[in-house]
Amino acid sequence: MSGKLPYKSIEYFFMSLNGKSIDLLRWMKSNLFSSSLNTLLTIISLWIIYVSVPPFIQWALLDANWVGSSRDDCSREGACWVYIGFWFKQIMYGRYPETEVWRVNVSYILLVGALIPLFISGFKHKGLLTLFLLFVYPIISYFLFIGDSFGLPLVETSLWGGLFLTLVISLVGIVASLPIGIMLALGRRSSMPIVSAISIGFIEIWRGVPLITVLFMSSVMFPLFLPEGMNFDKLIRALVGVMLFSAAYIAEVVRGGLQAVPKGQIEAAEALGMSYWNTMGLIVMPQALKMVIPGIVNSFIALFKDTTLVLTIGLFDLLGTIQIIGTNADWLGFHIEGYVFTAFIFWTFCFGMSRYSMHLEKKLHTGH
Amino acid sequence: MAEEVIQSQKPSKPLVWNDPTYRALFFQVLVLGGVVSLGYVLISNTLTNLERQGIASGFGFLKGTAGFSILMTLIDYSEEDSYFWAFIVSLLNTLLVAGIGIFFATILGFFIGVCRLSSNWMLSKIAAVYIETLRNIPLLLQIFFWYFGVLRGLPSPGNSINVFDTYFLNIRGLYSPSPIFEDGFSLILWALITGFVATFFISRWARKRQQETGQQFPTFLSSISLVIGLPLIASVVAGFPLSWEYPVLRGFNFTGGFVVIPELVALSLALSLYTASFIAEIVRAGILAISRGQTEASYALGLQAWPTLRLVVIPQALRVIIPPLTNQYLNLTKNSSLAAAIAYPDLVLVFAGTILMQTGQAVEIIAITMGVYLAISLMISAFMNWYNKKMALVES
Repeated sequence: MSGKLPYKSIEYFFMSLNGKSIDLLRWMKSNLFSSSLNTLLTIISLWIIYVSVPPFIQWALLDANWVGSSRDDCSREGACWVYIGFWFKQIMYGRYPETEVWRVNVSYILLVGALIPLFISGFKHKGLLTLFLLFVYPIISYFLFIGDSFGLPLVETSLWGGLFLTLVISLVGIVASLPIGIMLALGRRSSMPIVSAISIGFIEIWRGVPLITVLFMSSVMFPLFLPEGMNFDKLIRALVGVMLFSAAYIAEVVRGGLQAVPKGQIEAAEALGMSYWNTMGLIVMPQALKMVIPGIVNSFIALFKDTTLVLTIGLFDLLGTIQIIGTNADWLGFHIEGYVFTAFIFWTFCFGMSRYSMHLEKKLHTGH
Repeated sequence: MAEEVIQSQKPSKPLVWNDPTYRALFFQVLVLGGVVSLGYVLISNTLTNLERQGIASGFGFLKGTAGFSILMTLIDYSEEDSYFWAFIVSLLNTLLVAGIGIFFATILGFFIGVCRLSSNWMLSKIAAVYIETLRNIPLLLQIFFWYFGVLRGLPSPGNSINVFDTYFLNIRGLYSPSPIFEDGFSLILWALITGFVATFFISRWARKRQQETGQQFPTFLSSISLVIGLPLIASVVAGFPLSWEYPVLRGFNFTGGFVVIPELVALSLALSLYTASFIAEIVRAGILAISRGQTEASYALGLQAWPTLRLVVIPQALRVIIPPLTNQYLNLTKNSSLAAAIAYPDLVLVFAGTILMQTGQAVEIIAITMGVYLAISLMISAFMNWYNKKMALVES
């Protein structure tokens, strides 16, 4: 390389460019202008891009106001990101006390720190780490968030909000619904008629009703179910509703995995004299769960989007917070900025997870 | 010798607690007992709580007078009507928005799904961007975006967006002319019905004749002329018994005409755009599932592009598409309950919201609401099972 003359490399550069441009022309001819209809479609597509993309970029980036501290810093020609900046703490943590926000951040760091090794293919203690995430981490986070022990001041759940609350509801919902969902799936496939009837009934009822009615139920009917004097706070009630709802969906996902495990596996386990729970726990579930990870990730995406509904029962998650700050008298008229920003956050999370689930699907698709 | 051993060691009868049948029975009794006792505790708690709050249980409250008005009603409703009637009104509103949503989501979804499969690279990418953007943003956020973000930004009635002096779009909704049916309009309706019935029988007869003799009949043309022509003749005969009432600006608001409230517009828009992104993926997967060999075989038999699509690809693709599609319809119907968040008077807002607040009959009302959605779900899934059975490949 070092011995070659500079003009030689420039020549190579032009040659490669030339080849590329010919490739590009050929590609354009076959993919964009192969027929008159195709050319027309290309022109229509270009027009769609022309009317949608430049105005949006103009609004969101070029004409936007980025710095400032009040609405007067916004020219109103483009997006007013000052609005988002001003309310950023609220959007992220709700009314969580500012001096205590570090507790939430510590929990985030712990979560990300524990998640990263799970994605490294050579890491050896993945099982141990998963157990930590499923059983130890929630307990640590619970004490961090609530406080009232270990010298941490109490933070009422009514102060929780923003993206923080969205994450709490969706993560608790999915983690807590996994064991219930697995039990329901096993129950549905059980040969015992009463067990399978109860499981089918439970699954179909929750899958047949909208989440909003489940949340209404948990907020209005739940207090009636409890003996006098006993009451849970709003968040716990919402969590119970979300959990039951999501368990029914997880159950159907897991059932798909159970059905995909060849019958020979169960028969072999029975021939070895294994009990039902040993067969399920050691032979069937490990294979089934591996297959349904993408399905569980998809359920999680759905649940993550559905957590926005908690605002109908008076919990202020990410979208609920945006709605609240949108009614602030000093900052009226910035709905669009709030929605675009929220949409961006949700989109980033959901799109990332859906790509990950696709990647897993490909990786796990080993074929039987 | 081995045989002797086996014969001498006949499998002994297992002990009762090791016998799978008894175990299963015991376990089931345990589960049933658990569920029943849980139910008992919940019900008895609920009853004591209700008694303490002085709320009578039962469905008698449905006869009470509603006393509130509903923003949009498809059938006659006034404040003096009963709660039950308000329930029917709100249920119809739910079904209306679900129907509108399903209609537009299907059309848009099929269109985008086909665009996604287009050989035109740019069109296919635009469809992909649409799908990936819309389905990764929560539906409620999209509803809010259209309602608070876009429709609230519309001008006041005085500065309405005017389309040919017929349609007016402003912050209060979309105003359009409403039809006035005069005497003799029923004649047109009957003509239309006759047209459809005749078309049905003609197409059946034509298919039978083609199967027997091979002769083709211009079914499409004849049915078009029947369905359009007959009502046309009827309206000429009856002397065009239909006129339109146009919305007119009087003072600060429009009077006359037919108004679509902004809540309905926002909700149907968001529901159809969101669900269309899912339907597009289903359509794409369905068409891709048909192996290329089918198309090639059809071409080899001399069928042209359109008959190939209509007779070979679509019938097979539908088999793959219909089950997940009905699932999406179901999701859309359930998602229409988000109407409550923007105060569109649907079942959840009116029944599980206003009426619940007024009467306090939480258990009954939530049970009825859930029951309605459950009934819709079960009906749709029953249809799906029937359709699956009908369409399933019969391999002899």
